[in-house]
Amino acid sequence: MTLDAAALKKKFLSGSIGLTLISIFLGFALGAIVLLAAGFNPLEAYWVILKGIFSRPKYVSYVIIYATPLIITGLSVAFALRTGLFNIGAEGQYIVGAIVAAAAGYFFKLPLILHVIVAVGLAIIAAALWGGLAGYIKARFGVHEVISTIMLNWIALYLSNFVVTLQAFGKQGTGKTYAIQSTARINLLSDWKISEAGIEFIRSHKMLGDVLKSPINVGFIFAILLAVLVWYVLNKTTLGYELRAVGFNPHAAEAGGINVKRSMVVSMLFAGGLAGAAGAFQVLGVSHRIAKLAAMEGYGFDGIAVSLIGNNTGAGSVFAGLLFGALKYGGSKIQDAMQAPTEVISIMIGIIILFVAMPNLIRLILTIKANRASN
Amino acid sequence: MTAIDFSQKTVEMINVVKKFGDFVANDGINLTVHKGEVHALLGENGAGKTTLVNCLYGLYHPTAGTIRINGRELNVTDPNVAIQNGIGMVHQHFMLVEPFTVTQNIILGRETTKLMGILDLSAAEKKVAEISERYGLAINPRDKIEDISVGSQQRVEILKALYRGAEILILDEPTAVLTPPEIQELVMIIRNLTQEGKSIIIITHKLHEIKQVADYCTIIRRGKYIDTVEVDTVTEQELASMMVGREVSFAVEKKPQKRGPKILTIDNLVVEDNRGIQALKGLSLELHKGEILGVAGVDGNGQSELIEALTGLRTVRSGKILLHNKEITGALPKQIIDGYNIRTIPEDRQKRGLVLEFDVAENLVLETYHKKPFSWRGVLNHPEIYQYADDSAKEFDIRPANPYLTAKSLSGGNQQKVIIAREVGNDPEVLIASQPTRGLDVGAIEYVHAALVEQRDRGKAVLLVSFELDEVINVSDRIAVIFEGKIVGTMAAEGVDENEIGLMMAGGTS
Ligand SMILES: Nc1ncnc2c1ncn2[C@@H]1O[C@H](COP(=O)(O)OP(=O)(O)O)[C@@H](O)[C@H]1O
Ligand SMILES: [Mg+2]
Repeated sequence: MTLDAAALKKKFLSGSIGLTLISIFLGFALGAIVLLAAGFNPLEAYWVILKGIFSRPKYVSYVIIYATPLIITGLSVAFALRTGLFNIGAEGQYIVGAIVAAAAGYFFKLPLILHVIVAVGLAIIAAALWGGLAGYIKARFGVHEVISTIMLNWIALYLSNFVVTLQAFGKQGTGKTYAIQSTARINLLSDWKISEAGIEFIRSHKMLGDVLKSPINVGFIFAILLAVLVWYVLNKTTLGYELRAVGFNPHAAEAGGINVKRSMVVSMLFAGGLAGAAGAFQVLGVSHRIAKLAAMEGYGFDGIAVSLIGNNTGAGSVFAGLLFGALKYGGSKIQDAMQAPTEVISIMIGIIILFVAMPNLIRLILTIKANRASN
Repeated sequence: MTAIDFSQKTVEMINVVKKFGDFVANDGINLTVHKGEVHALLGENGAGKTTLVNCLYGLYHPTAGTIRINGRELNVTDPNVAIQNGIGMVHQHFMLVEPFTVTQNIILGRETTKLMGILDLSAAEKKVAEISERYGLAINPRDKIEDISVGSQQRVEILKALYRGAEILILDEPTAVLTPPEIQELVMIIRNLTQEGKSIIIITHKLHEIKQVADYCTIIRRGKYIDTVEVDTVTEQELASMMVGREVSFAVEKKPQKRGPKILTIDNLVVEDNRGIQALKGLSLELHKGEILGVAGVDGNGQSELIEALTGLRTVRSGKILLHNKEITGALPKQIIDGYNIRTIPEDRQKRGLVLEFDVAENLVLETYHKKPFSWRGVLNHPEIYQYADDSAKEFDIRPANPYLTAKSLSGGNQQKVIIAREVGNDPEVLIASQPTRGLDVGAIEYVHAALVEQRDRGKAVLLVSFELDEVINVSDRIAVIFEGKIVGTMAAEGVDENEIGLMMAGGTS
């Protein structure tokens, strides 16, 4: 029995999950050193972060809200990567999804659920085309997707800023668009929350009431559903089989009769659609509008990190997105509580990614340790 | 072969065991090599030969057993320890930096420097030239790796080991990548090395090579030590039987041919290679049902381009390909596979043949995953796929018979069996086999040849492309000789004059 446990431990450590957890641990350890060097007590800082994540139901709810778009852009990057494509363009696809969702949410007058479906659907289609364009350019002209998606990101950013200035859409002088119709929102009980009964409820119910103080919305549920969808498509369908074959070895896929170029386009369509969904849920559930952007918001870029930490799988993206959301939200609290720089959180995330990207280094460390132990 | 100094044992591996998890790759292997000796390691693909020499070179740690170098027990913790103790290794896959010169590659990692860390390239070049001269390696120290042939690259690897002071040289399947003349050069080099007192451990499947260069031969079968024999005292037949564990027949057994009507016509085909240079310059061929047509020729005369044109992977500039008198020129790979039922065993099994990261089952359905029963309405039917893979693994003797293993983890011979199971298992009208036995051991070769002959006996057409003239002559019914992108002669295989074909392959006229 003990032998089995040892074997299990070995499997765990050499597998990707173990490596990821070790990377996360190392990220925290090195983050502590950085904090120490900056003159802060790392234990205190981590305690503040931990409390900032878990001490109130509202905080947990915020973590989930933070995590939702990151999970979905993570799925977008992961999906493309499984076909061997590096979707740096999740950022731009996210922006396109957000624009379309905001426009559909504001201009259309539709009944409750239908409005959401239409807004999300249009956002996904537009972002899918945005992503698919990069796939097409690669398939047709051989332009590397990293180049084309970076360009498309900037085009999307300026398109968004332009849209905000339009008379019909942008609230002049505010740098924002008009808020979407209430029928397009995916928040839970938002009307009821500000009714008398709702206020009374929030006051009298500690747990649920606290949760309701955050802009809790159904986006997270969709994120989970999308993760399941990604897993299903990649592993259970002929389409996923084709995409993975192309990702692993396009030469063999081609010889086996798979249309490699078509696969590139399809993969980027999917990836774009996913990133667009992230933008749509953010608009319908959190911001309710889009605003002029001074720079990229980074949801798409964070998706790259989420995908990496999540080992490019559906479930991994959910886990990594939550970790990311927690660190971003909880980490922001060390600023107020200790006047410690939140940049430490970014450094920590960076370190985690660095180690995740270097599994061989960690394996090496582990085997050296194992050899020492056995000698 | 008189250079052996029996008083000096340079390598002793005693009862070496190497386990990967529960799998025992080496199960108590013994190997003794003397100074000046050429010792061959013989075993089927996956027998554990590479694993054994990796243990010697410090790439793996033996689970149990003793290694002695020059009589001294040694714990080879990593390749640096091996190199310090005079062990050098030329891997199956070369480890050279393409854009670098020969010398730059050789000194990589142990650069000699002048004052202030400036590379002293000329001193290194001189030494490289010296070693090359001494052993007849014919290497120019300033050539770039990307500009020299595979055979030369291999000699650079040998040179690298010698430069680092190797007294014991391990060659892992060195002849697999060489042309026949290059093999003869290698044999000469090995002789030069042993004359100078070096010990050589050479891994090969080719029995006549063992007979030609080796003094002793250790046979390994499925990880187990079988025997060590003095090569002069055994026949190739005996070696083969020891290796496979049963009688092996070298002759390809064929029934009398029942030649059917013409099925595939290649008419005046012109195709360019990757550099845009004409590789096929008006090639014409006819293939009949119930026959194996062998294309003989030296590597690089348009064989790869011919296969790629036939499989839809390369654009045809002019000329026609006809199947049953219907033109199929320019068809897509999928059409050729599904529509015309032309299947291919590709020349490069790791590049074109397999998705190495996929498991065996996924590889087996690479051309049929979109069909019933493996999928329905775009959803894969995994139970069917793995059931089929289970059956195929049994039918085609894929070892280990586990459809969940990745293709990467299989030995070369078993990887080839996966491809054959896929291509032959789909009952093709025309089977194209390109270098189907490259790098395989005799047991596997026998198997592949039998599979090709069976197709022919069932009235199907087989186009065999091979650089091994023996193979073409033994397996084919008819032989076409390819030279510089054209067929320069076609003849019946029976009673053919080997020298005549050899001459045609080299561009001579008969
Ligand atoms: N690193 C490894 N992990 C697990 N199995 C391995 C590893 N290396 C080799 N094997 C297995 O050990 C067996 C022997 O492999 P190898 O020594 O490469 O055979 P050979 O060189 O004789 O063809 C094969 O079944 C192979 O799959
Ligand atoms: Mg080997």
